[in-house]
Amino acid sequence: MELLSHLIDGFGIAFQPFNLGMMALGCLLGLFMGAMPGLGSVNGVAILLPITFFVPPTAAIIFLAAIYYGAMYGGAISSIMLGIPGASTAVATTFDGRPMAMQGKADFALVAAAVASFVGGTISVILFTLFAPPLADFALRFGPQETFALMVLAFATFVGLGGDDIPKTIFMILFGLVLSTVGLDNISGRPRLIFFDLQGFYKGISFIVLAIGIYGIGEMLWTLETSRGKVEIASNRFTFSRLGAALRELKSSWKTMSFSSLLGYFVGVLPAAGATPAALMAYGLTKSFSDHPEKYGKGEISGVAAPEAANNAASTGSMLPMMTLGIPGSPTTAILLGGMVIWGLTPGPMLFIEQSEFVWGLTASLYAANFVTLIMNLALIPLFVWVLRMPFMVLAPLIFVLCFVGSFAPDTRMFDPWLVLLFGFVGYVMRKLDYPLAPLVLAIVLGPLAEDSFRQSLISDQGEWTGFFTRPLSGTIMLFAVLLFVAPLLKGLSRKKKKAAAAK
Amino acid sequence: MRKAELIFAAILAAFSIYLMYMSQIPPLQIGWVPKKGPGSGAAPFWLSAGMLICAIWIFWRGWRGVTPQGRSTEPFMDAYTTKMVFVTVGSIFAMLLATHFIGAYAAMFLFLIFYVGIFGKISWPTTIFVSIAIPVFIFFLFESGMKILLPKGWSEPLFIPLYKMFVY
Repeated sequence: MELLSHLIDGFGIAFQPFNLGMMALGCLLGLFMGAMPGLGSVNGVAILLPITFFVPPTAAIIFLAAIYYGAMYGGAISSIMLGIPGASTAVATTFDGRPMAMQGKADFALVAAAVASFVGGTISVILFTLFAPPLADFALRFGPQETFALMVLAFATFVGLGGDDIPKTIFMILFGLVLSTVGLDNISGRPRLIFFDLQGFYKGISFIVLAIGIYGIGEMLWTLETSRGKVEIASNRFTFSRLGAALRELKSSWKTMSFSSLLGYFVGVLPAAGATPAALMAYGLTKSFSDHPEKYGKGEISGVAAPEAANNAASTGSMLPMMTLGIPGSPTTAILLGGMVIWGLTPGPMLFIEQSEFVWGLTASLYAANFVTLIMNLALIPLFVWVLRMPFMVLAPLIFVLCFVGSFAPDTRMFDPWLVLLFGFVGYVMRKLDYPLAPLVLAIVLGPLAEDSFRQSLISDQGEWTGFFTRPLSGTIMLFAVLLFVAPLLKGLSRKKKKAAAAK
Repeated sequence: MRKAELIFAAILAAFSIYLMYMSQIPPLQIGWVPKKGPGSGAAPFWLSAGMLICAIWIFWRGWRGVTPQGRSTEPFMDAYTTKMVFVTVGSIFAMLLATHFIGAYAAMFLFLIFYVGIFGKISWPTTIFVSIAIPVFIFFLFESGMKILLPKGWSEPLFIPLYKMFVY
């Protein structure tokens, strides 16, 4: 009952005219960002975050969450119409979405993607509402040892479940943590890592600068390289009668959508997993359990519905650990978390007590944003198709200019745009060489908290590091973290043994 | 690609050593400080040491051809990519540099004229429209809407009447 009254209060906040306007604008921008090849929720949130420093925190988080949501919906548009995923989260949508478009059924695929996203979003927001308060209550028992153990667990999931090259993943985590130590030390006040004695480093390296660099400049360079500046759009027509026919065809996929939503939500909660593996897993499982797996990859409507329901559900899922524990579940939520710190809020369990207006305003806005995005998505399909015809050589410099202005705005200093350019180029090279970028962003955001909690724990335990393992809660979390760190090494060893045995 | 993988890993190893050196310059301490806990340099030093180990590990795996990049015989960048990356990065560099002298809006305008019209070979009417519309949109969003003033450099006097009309 208490939950319901909180939620009703939240709707009161979400429906305030200014918040509602920010939500609608966020949905629209998110749809646009998601629909553009090479741009996704993380790019949208990173580039537009500086704008939110000038509005109240509740409106800011509603705006950014709406961008996150909108981008998840929009990612399907370029996957279907261009055959190029708007972001990695929409890769699985191309498998059946593009063949449907080539068969002249792009509108069916777009409707399936929109409705599945709505189902995924709605189910996951309900789960978020139910799970967030008890998890936040539980997290109130955490001390600095548990906080540090949780950080280690978040990093360990990237090593154990990320699926990327292990030394490169660990390198990126450590690199992000080192970057977070640049500037004045929180405890002693001493300057650290002031490269070439440049004054700009005294203020530290903001995660926004890093995120805009690698997701704005770096990703654009990557997209320019891979698309070669040319994309081919599928032709199609959109009418009300065909919309009805698409909805009738989609009726048969309701089980797929429900299952994928649940799967997506729980995969999204894991820090290293997020929307991309959730969508791929949902697609794979739907195909495996289908009566006609041979139809998948050739234009099956459930093949579009499954990943779209899962990726939207995962985006809400990744907000659960961010809001309740202060651990982001995806690169996008890592940036949201960084934004919350700048707005003067501390993500974590105390947020539910001290800033309940913020928490419930956001939760209610997720319900509303889901509905608004569905309507906007269906109504504006022709507009997005028209926008997608914009030459890439116009879109790319527009993004570069936004990256420049967006990185200058928070601290109004030219030092940051220069750093953005440097990170953009280095990020592009790293991406080409398969260095995972998400752990880097996560580490720079979590770095200050990880270091502070580590040092506080050691000081309170008089230099005894065993405290991390002997306290029941932190010990259990650490055990999971160690298992995740060790799992890929053990897997590699057993694979080697098998190979050696087969060779004999 | 193999050469790039190895060279980049070597650069990262050297950078890690540089970070370790920077983290222990006095008064930074990398060990335990009595009654104060770990020294200010401890976190960056030991994390950089971890980076060094990883960079050597990455180099070793690349050398042995364990990673796809370590086995790849393809060039790291073909002619198109090299041109695209250097023109893009170079033109953004020029835009940032020009901002210090002629201001953000004039620099943006010139950048867009170059990138859209000359490099992108988009028609001139579209190029001119985009090059004017984007800085105007940014002016109204940032300066008029959010009161964030972008650097103007030598072009500052041109903006004074606009400040009176739209900003203050």
